[in-house]
Amino acid sequence: MTITRRRFLRTLGGTLASAALAVTIPLQVFAKRSDEAFLSGSLEEAINAKYGSLPIEDSGQIQIKAPQIAENGAFVPVTISTDIPGATSISIFAEANFSPLVASFDVLPRMHPDVSLRIRMAKTSDITVLVKAGDKLYRATREVKVTIGGCGG
Amino acid sequence: MKVKAVAKGDAVSVKMLIKHPMEMGRRKDAEGNLIPAHYITEVTVKYNGEIVFHSELGPGVSMDPYLAFTFDGAKAGESISLSWMDNKGQSERVDAIIGGT
Repeated sequence: MTITRRRFLRTLGGTLASAALAVTIPLQVFAKRSDEAFLSGSLEEAINAKYGSLPIEDSGQIQIKAPQIAENGAFVPVTISTDIPGATSISIFAEANFSPLVASFDVLPRMHPDVSLRIRMAKTSDITVLVKAGDKLYRATREVKVTIGGCGG
Repeated sequence: MKVKAVAKGDAVSVKMLIKHPMEMGRRKDAEGNLIPAHYITEVTVKYNGEIVFHSELGPGVSMDPYLAFTFDGAKAGESISLSWMDNKGQSERVDAIIGGT
């Protein structure tokens, strides 16, 4: 992708706008929105931007519910849950997307570590889910075959 | 935003459907101009002023986002406050009463 001046300024503008908005929410302070992670073009870069270089371990304690075959990549229903003790964050990545990071969820004290959403998938690829607990990341993946890509032309 | 919050015992399941284009910024219109990115960046849910759900979204979330989660410690008849904001600074806040089963 070439970065034109216009695109750069627009991105910068968007970042500043969301930074300004974040200031208007004083109640509870979260880590700065991971804009860089959402703009990263590869899975590795996105993980790094979101979580830094924490060690990653494959885990059987993360459940990913998703269709084996998604006819429409624009709406792929996904449910993620985990029973890893002390989980604080869950992120979902669609590896073949232009920007792989799809969404991140804080696991707050009252919340069950179980979320559902619908995501876009550009084509057949793995869904990767990372769960942060302590200073470690736990990973699970699941392949979804996509008949018609959901990211437009 | 459409919200369904239902208490079952001590846990409340929350489902929300937000009307939003979730434009990725990579599609072109009929004249070949790029349609600018326009997507929800954050969704927050509060109960009694306490944040019980917080997520960051990117343009990889489907159009008209659907999100569902469960939290503990609230009862039917109480209310929750849900809000989102997007990358253009637009936002919406909705209060919803928790229903019983």
